[in-house]
Amino acid sequence: MSTAGATNPMSQSAAAPARQPLLSVRGVKTYYGNIIALKGVDMDVHEGEIVTLIGANGAGKSTLMMTIFGNPRAREGKITYAGRDITQMPTHDIARLSIAQSPEGRRIFPRMTVFENLQMGASINGFAHFDQDLERVCTLFPRLKERLQQRGGTLSGGEQQMLAIARALMSRPKLLLLDEPSLGLAPLIVKQIFEIIKELNEKDGMTVFLVEQNAYHALKLAHRGYVMVTGNITLSGTGKELLENPQVRAAYLEGGHH
Amino acid sequence: MNAPSITTSSAEETQVPSRFNLQAALKDAFKTALITLALSIPILSYKTEQNGGELFLASRWWLVAAVVGIIFVLRVLEHAFLATKASRKALPDPHQATEPVHAEPSAYQKVSRFAIPLFLGVALSFPLLVYLVQGGLNESRYFVDLGILILTYVMLGWGLNIVVGLAGLLDLGYVAFYAVGAYSYALLSTTFGLSFWICLPLAGILAAFWGMILGFPVLRLRGDYLAIVTLAFGEIIRLVLINWVDLTNGGAGISSIPRATFFGVPFTSGDDGFAALFGLDFNAMHRYIFLYYLILGLALLTNFVTMRLRRLPIGRAWEALREDEIACRSLGINTTNTKLTAFAIGAMFGGFAGSFFAVRQGFVSPESFNFLESAIILAIVVLGGMGSQIGVAIAAIVLVGGPEMLRNLTFLKAVFGENFDPNEYRLLLFGAGMVAMMVWRPRGLISEREPSVILKERKAISGSLVKEGHG
Repeated sequence: MSTAGATNPMSQSAAAPARQPLLSVRGVKTYYGNIIALKGVDMDVHEGEIVTLIGANGAGKSTLMMTIFGNPRAREGKITYAGRDITQMPTHDIARLSIAQSPEGRRIFPRMTVFENLQMGASINGFAHFDQDLERVCTLFPRLKERLQQRGGTLSGGEQQMLAIARALMSRPKLLLLDEPSLGLAPLIVKQIFEIIKELNEKDGMTVFLVEQNAYHALKLAHRGYVMVTGNITLSGTGKELLENPQVRAAYLEGGHH
Repeated sequence: MNAPSITTSSAEETQVPSRFNLQAALKDAFKTALITLALSIPILSYKTEQNGGELFLASRWWLVAAVVGIIFVLRVLEHAFLATKASRKALPDPHQATEPVHAEPSAYQKVSRFAIPLFLGVALSFPLLVYLVQGGLNESRYFVDLGILILTYVMLGWGLNIVVGLAGLLDLGYVAFYAVGAYSYALLSTTFGLSFWICLPLAGILAAFWGMILGFPVLRLRGDYLAIVTLAFGEIIRLVLINWVDLTNGGAGISSIPRATFFGVPFTSGDDGFAALFGLDFNAMHRYIFLYYLILGLALLTNFVTMRLRRLPIGRAWEALREDEIACRSLGINTTNTKLTAFAIGAMFGGFAGSFFAVRQGFVSPESFNFLESAIILAIVVLGGMGSQIGVAIAAIVLVGGPEMLRNLTFLKAVFGENFDPNEYRLLLFGAGMVAMMVWRPRGLISEREPSVILKERKAISGSLVKEGHG
C-alpha cells in the first residue's frame, strides 16, 4: 500500500490546511424525498489523517458517508476527491477511485465464504495484488485466516466487522470510510479494531474517515473530529480539543463508558 | 483473542462419530445384502406354478437380485442420512463459534460425488436403457418423449436459475423468452427457410435482446415489484403473439415448421435420409432419439456455461448482487450491467430451449406459453434450491416426470372406480408436494451453496445455519 504520509501524524495535521484536502465536502444538502437530512455540510479530510464524525442517532452521520459514495446523491453542494468532482458520479465509479467503504451494518455476503468475500473486495483492481493483500489482511486479522473457508454468515459479529474492514482493504484504498465499526461489539474487540485502524494510518499512511457513536474512543484515535447535530456540523477541532470541550463532554461523554 | 478454548477439544470429540465413513457403510451394506440374499433364497427365489395337473418350479432370480440391490442401496442411504443428522447436531452454534469450525464434508457432498456421474451416465444412456427395457425402438417412444420433456424443463430451470438463483432477481415471466425463441425459429424457418442450426443462435440472440429490453425498466425494482413487472411482461408477449395476426398468425399458431435434420441430413425414408446414409432400416424413432441428444447437449451446455460463469467475476457479481446490492455498489460493481447480463444470459438459454421446442413440435401457438409454464419453471428453481444446479435437475425430474407417472397408476381405478383419472389430481398433488417441501426443506432440496473457490480442504456448514442476505 501507499507509503505517502507515513510521517508523524500530529505534525501533518498541523500542516494540512495549507494543502488541498483529499476529500472535501462543501455545502452538501441531501434529502430523503422531501425530508432534508443534511442541511449544508462542510467538511475536509486531508491525506494521512484520521477524521472522525460523531453525533447522536439520526444526526445524519451515515447519510453523509453514503452521500460521499453517491447513494443517495447530494441535491446541492459539491464533493471533491483528489481534486475531482464526484458529486454526480455513480457509486461504483466512486469505488474505483481508490476509496473504500465499510458500510453500516457490515453488509458482508453471508452465503459466500470469507475467502470469496475478500475476493469480491479485490475485484475492483482486477486481483492485481491479491495474494499479497490477502496475506496482509490475514496478518491484521488472524481470526479471519482461520476462517477463510467458512461462510460469512456463520461468523460472529466482531468477525463480520473484521471481514467488512478487511474486504474494504483488499482494494488498496487511499481513503477508507468506516461507518460505526464498533457497533454492537465487545469492548475488547472494539479496542482491537481501533488499534488496527491506528496501525493502518501510521504504518501505511492510509487516510481514514470514521463515523462513530463511541465518541471517547473515536476522538482519542482521531487527529481531527466533527460533531454533527440534526444535519449540521456544529463543532470541529482536533480530537484532543473536542475531548476536552464541555459541550461534547456533556452530550456524548458524561456517564458514558470509557 | 487467542486464548485456549475449552470448546475445541469437546467439539472434536463429538465430531468423530458424525463422520460418514463410506467404506464402513459399504461394508455394512454388503453384509446386510448377504443376509438378505440368504433369507430370500428359500423365500423368494423359486415359485411354484400350476399348469393343469402339473406343478412347475419357476425361478425368480431377478426378483432376488432386485431385493438384494434395494436393501443394499437403502442401507447405504441410511448410513448417509444418520451421519448427516449426527454432524448437524455436532456442529457448534454459529453464534458461539469463536473457534474455527472443522466440519467434515457432509454426507450429501460425499454422495453427490457419485450421484453426479450417475445422473450423467443415466441421461447419456437413457435411450439405450429404454430400448433394452422396452424391447424395441417403437415401444420406447413414450419414454424418450418423456425424457425430452424433462430435459427441456431441466434446461429452462437452469436458464432461469441464472436470473433467480444466482442474481436473485425474481422473474415470473421467463416463459416470454421461451416464446421468443420458439417464434424466432418458427418465423425464420418458415419465412426465410433458414436451417435449425442457423436459427438456434439467432433465437438465442433475439431472446437475450428481449431480456435486455425487459431488464432496463426493471433495474430499480426488487422482490415483489420485480415479480409483478416480469409477470406482466410474460403476458404482454403472449397477448402480442395472439393479436399480431399478420406476423404470428394469431391464436391459430404457426404450423408445418421444418423438422430437425441431422446436420443437414433429414430423417426421412428416402435415399438421402438419415437411415439410408448410415445403412439402417428407416424408423421414425431415429429423429426422436436425435432430439433427445440435442436437448441433452443444450441442457449440458447451459449447465457448463453457468458453472464456468460462477467462477468468473461476472458470476460472482451475480451472487453478490443476490446477497447485498448496496455492498456490491460500494465494492465498485456496476449493478446495472450485472443485472442486464443476468437477464440477457438467462433469456438466451430460454431462447435456445424455445427454438428446440418449436423444432420438436413442428407447431407453435401462444397457448403453449401461458403463465402456468412460467410458474412451473420457477417452481423447479425454487424447489431445487436456488442456485443449485443438481437440485434444479432433480426438481425438474420430480415436477415434470412425476405427473406423467400419475397417468400410469391405473390401479387407482380399482380403488376409486372406473371414471377416476389420476391426472386430474395433478395440480392437487403438486400443491401438496409444495407444502410438504416448504415444511421440511424450506430453502429447496439442496440449499447449500457450494463455494466457487475451494481452498485445500472443504469445510461445510449447513446452508440452513446461514441467514439469507437482505438488501
